[in-house]
Amino acid sequence: MPAVSKGDGMRGLAVFISDIRNCKSKEAEIKRINKELANIRSKFKGDKALDGYSKKKYVCKLLFIFLLGHDIDFGHMEAVNLLSSNKYTEKQIGYLFISVLVNSNSELIRLINNAIKNDLASRNPTFMCLALHCIANVGSREMGEAFAADIPRILVAGDSMDSVKQSAALCLLRLYKASPDLVPMGEWTARVVHLLNDQHMGVVTAAVSLITCLCKKNPDDFKTCISLAVSRLSRIVSSASTDLQDYTYYFVPAPWLSVKLLRLLQCYPPPEDAAVKGRLVECLETVLNKAQEPPKSKKVQHSNAKNAILFETISLIIHYDSEPNLLVRACNQLGQFLQHRETNLRYLALESMCTLASSEFSHEAVKTHIDTVINALKTERDVSVRQRAADLLYAMCDRSNAKQIVSEMLRYLETADYAIREEIVLKVAILAEKYAVDYSWYVDTILNLIRIAGDYVSEEVWYRVLQIVTNRDDVQGYAAKTVFEALQAPACHENMVKVGGYILGEFGNLIAGDPRSSPPVQFSLLHSKFHLCSVATRALLLSTYIKFINLFPETKATIQGVLRAGSQLRNADVELQQRAVEYLTLSSVASTDVLATVLEEMPPFPERESSILAKLKRKKGPGAASSLDDGRRDASSNDINGGVEPTPSTVSTPSPSADLLGLRAAPPPAAATAPASAGNLLVDVFSDGPAAQPSLGPTPEEAFLSELEPPAPESPMGLLADPAPASDPGPEDIGPPIPEADELLNKFVCKNNGVLFENQLLQIGVKSEFRQNLGRMYLFYGNKTSVQFQNFSPTVVHPGDLQTQLAVQTKRVAAQVDGGAQVQQVLNIECLRDFLTPPLLSLRFRYGGAPQSLTLKLPVTINKFFQPTEMAAQDFFQRWKQLSLPLQEAQKIFKANHPMDAEVTKAKLLGFGSALLDNVDPNPENFVGAGIIQTKALQVGCLLRLEPNAQAQMYRLTLRTSKEPVSRHLCELLAQQF
Amino acid sequence: MCSFLEWRDLKIVYKRYASLYFCCAIEDQDNELITLEIIHRYVELLDKYFGSVCELDIIFNFEKAYFILDEFLLGGEVQETSKKNVLKAIEQADLLQEPRHEYFNVPVY
Repeated sequence: MPAVSKGDGMRGLAVFISDIRNCKSKEAEIKRINKELANIRSKFKGDKALDGYSKKKYVCKLLFIFLLGHDIDFGHMEAVNLLSSNKYTEKQIGYLFISVLVNSNSELIRLINNAIKNDLASRNPTFMCLALHCIANVGSREMGEAFAADIPRILVAGDSMDSVKQSAALCLLRLYKASPDLVPMGEWTARVVHLLNDQHMGVVTAAVSLITCLCKKNPDDFKTCISLAVSRLSRIVSSASTDLQDYTYYFVPAPWLSVKLLRLLQCYPPPEDAAVKGRLVECLETVLNKAQEPPKSKKVQHSNAKNAILFETISLIIHYDSEPNLLVRACNQLGQFLQHRETNLRYLALESMCTLASSEFSHEAVKTHIDTVINALKTERDVSVRQRAADLLYAMCDRSNAKQIVSEMLRYLETADYAIREEIVLKVAILAEKYAVDYSWYVDTILNLIRIAGDYVSEEVWYRVLQIVTNRDDVQGYAAKTVFEALQAPACHENMVKVGGYILGEFGNLIAGDPRSSPPVQFSLLHSKFHLCSVATRALLLSTYIKFINLFPETKATIQGVLRAGSQLRNADVELQQRAVEYLTLSSVASTDVLATVLEEMPPFPERESSILAKLKRKKGPGAASSLDDGRRDASSNDINGGVEPTPSTVSTPSPSADLLGLRAAPPPAAATAPASAGNLLVDVFSDGPAAQPSLGPTPEEAFLSELEPPAPESPMGLLADPAPASDPGPEDIGPPIPEADELLNKFVCKNNGVLFENQLLQIGVKSEFRQNLGRMYLFYGNKTSVQFQNFSPTVVHPGDLQTQLAVQTKRVAAQVDGGAQVQQVLNIECLRDFLTPPLLSLRFRYGGAPQSLTLKLPVTINKFFQPTEMAAQDFFQRWKQLSLPLQEAQKIFKANHPMDAEVTKAKLLGFGSALLDNVDPNPENFVGAGIIQTKALQVGCLLRLEPNAQAQMYRLTLRTSKEPVSRHLCELLAQQF
Repeated sequence: MCSFLEWRDLKIVYKRYASLYFCCAIEDQDNELITLEIIHRYVELLDKYFGSVCELDIIFNFEKAYFILDEFLLGGEVQETSKKNVLKAIEQADLLQEPRHEYFNVPVY
């Protein structure tokens, strides 16, 4: 008990607090407070000078009112006055008020700093401590500016009292954390490190915190602290439980200091000096051994303090990750805690094991606890602990136990707390994909996810299953069968309808042979869900229906009936209405061939990191709302769409067309293009007759497949051009295109979307559309690494005369591309006149400090401005004859590089841009096409004829245009496609 | 129940004494168990200073609760863990307190 009274007799304050406590209602309390505030205000403003005691009392009352949750906007000046009082309690209350109600008024700050300065210089340790506490509690930049230079001096001065040193150390730590630039490094730092040897344990305790922070920022300058910390730790750990007197806490010697020392050591790798390292390992072993000894007290404080040191020791062992023996011992210790009756210990054991699971030395040891962890997931009563168990299961999962873990997590999902369901769903989806040996298991797992927790299955997850099914033909039949069965359930989740609708639209034909899932049955099953679904899902189903018309001609009449119904054609939702109108027209106007081309099975998606993973990282990462993560979010929405989606909002805004926009890279046309131009493009498709719009033509499958093969590291195609010389070359200094630029360009002659380039660092995706002599291209630059690209600058260059032939307008992109992120660049292109060479895309950036550069050919070739032209046989022949000058014709006879498939050839010619004319050539094996190249200055009519010779595996290609170079150029471009 | 709660990117470590909850917000790498004992040591300090501390002691002497906290923790770090040393500092400060009689005749507003 203190010798003097604890309260210092502010009776008025006690009365006021009692009054407040006696208030019967909130209103009464507010009334009482307002009365008090009015009183204090009048006292402060009154003519009569207040004595120190009154000031102190009123300031204290204001503080109390503030602590009750009311704003206090006056009294600061009176508090500042108290700082210079010669009565200690008045000064103390003044400092308290300043510390709690920090004010940024600069005049006040000047006065406060003045008072602090006086107290720091007073040599009275009690006053000095008060001042240091105030600085540490406020920690503002202004205080840093005023005192950061003085405090190191106080800290290391030989005559400073221990208590002053302690406060000075932590005060400096606070200032250093807030504004490291203000704290001058110097001779004092070496002396601070030696405080680790100080006789006074309290000084060491305070100093270690400061040293740890300094080490984190300048590890090399403070290396000497390692051996000092190890010897201090060793002395504590080996001391008897009573040696340290008052620093022993419930029979545990100096637990706080031990934990801090162990944390300090985690700033560094294992000690290099063998003797120091030996001593440290001895300490760590001692701590592990002590854990096995019977407790010296039954008090929870004893076990908490002891285990706090144990867990910090385990953290250090995991941090070193180099001593297999210690790692396994740590793992065994945590294994014991997994079954401990203390909930806190189970929680911490699960948490520590999570980090241990990623060490190669202990991964197997962690796995042996799988049953205990699964049991924790099932039986723990505390949600925090269950969450940790789920995290650990995720961390310990590998191929050997994936099925067990996934099924347990699925089971847990049924009863999991709502707050963590989405995270569990993401984890299950990732594990199922990562460790899937057979993809039917993967499909089953995702469908189970939808069944169990449909509301928590985000778009990323169900997009992903569609990508995988689309890319793997061995699972498509199974997927169709399984979704068909899942849809039989009377009440199934809307996400199931989406997945089912999409999969049946693509692969329903694979199960149509079975009478139980015949086309009409499939259709009526899907349509039975239609009316219960949201607009987005109904829009998706309409696309499934039009795909059915192609897959199952026998359903055409029924489906047309559905599309024609007033509820569709006059639907209040614009998107549904538009789809119904367009699909109905498409199904009645287009020939079977065109329909087959437009509604062809989706090409595989480019392979890339699962966007689900990105989403999980976002969920777990700190500051999930930071702009960086928002950037990731957009990037990942593009991921899902194969990197060819121009509207980054597909994921975040549930616009009715979002799902389809996201998934369909090409057909149907309206769904694949930006909403603004969708209508126009369709009009073109129909006004020009049955031929498909060239720019949206089908994509030859093998071209896509070849892109899917990840470039092997040694293949020249996968490598960036060698890092440029140390200095960045000027912008005019464009390197030559990479050797494979032509090959890459050729892939895009007959298609507009896909991956233009890919290596270990980055991927460039393209999506483009052309109309008349105008085009718009979206380039997607994806950073495949985890490191930010800097000075990222893609530019488009026009070599030679191209400037006068083609205008390309680019938008600037951000100079930084974060690891894993994707940025998009829009190019507006205008074809001024005919041109022969494509523009160049030159890319420069810095990756990990090394400048990188890359030049590619932009996939803009003259045929992109083709307008298909339909004409009758006699018109064709008449024009053919008109273009009979020798220079107007270009011909090539060449060997087939690909299997000669009439359907593929047709698709390529349509993709090239010309109309295909049936019944023109007397030989039905031959292909005849016509079109007009649209440029701003002129139009060039083109006629073409392709004659395959299957026996010789040869083609003869003839082009006739009104301009000689165009004929030759088109002929060369097209000849490389077959 | 577990004494740790995840909240945003912090952890809340809490302990209940009678009707009072004592909470600390700590960062990811901070040690949860030692934080629980920080709470306990603070309660012990209050208990020793006030003698069987109760809620009312803290309400009516809230400024003292602050002063004790400042001696024990500073800038978010433990400054002094010895109970004796912390209380010695507070008692020394109390000795500087002006004798009560000085105020005997000062009226309450």
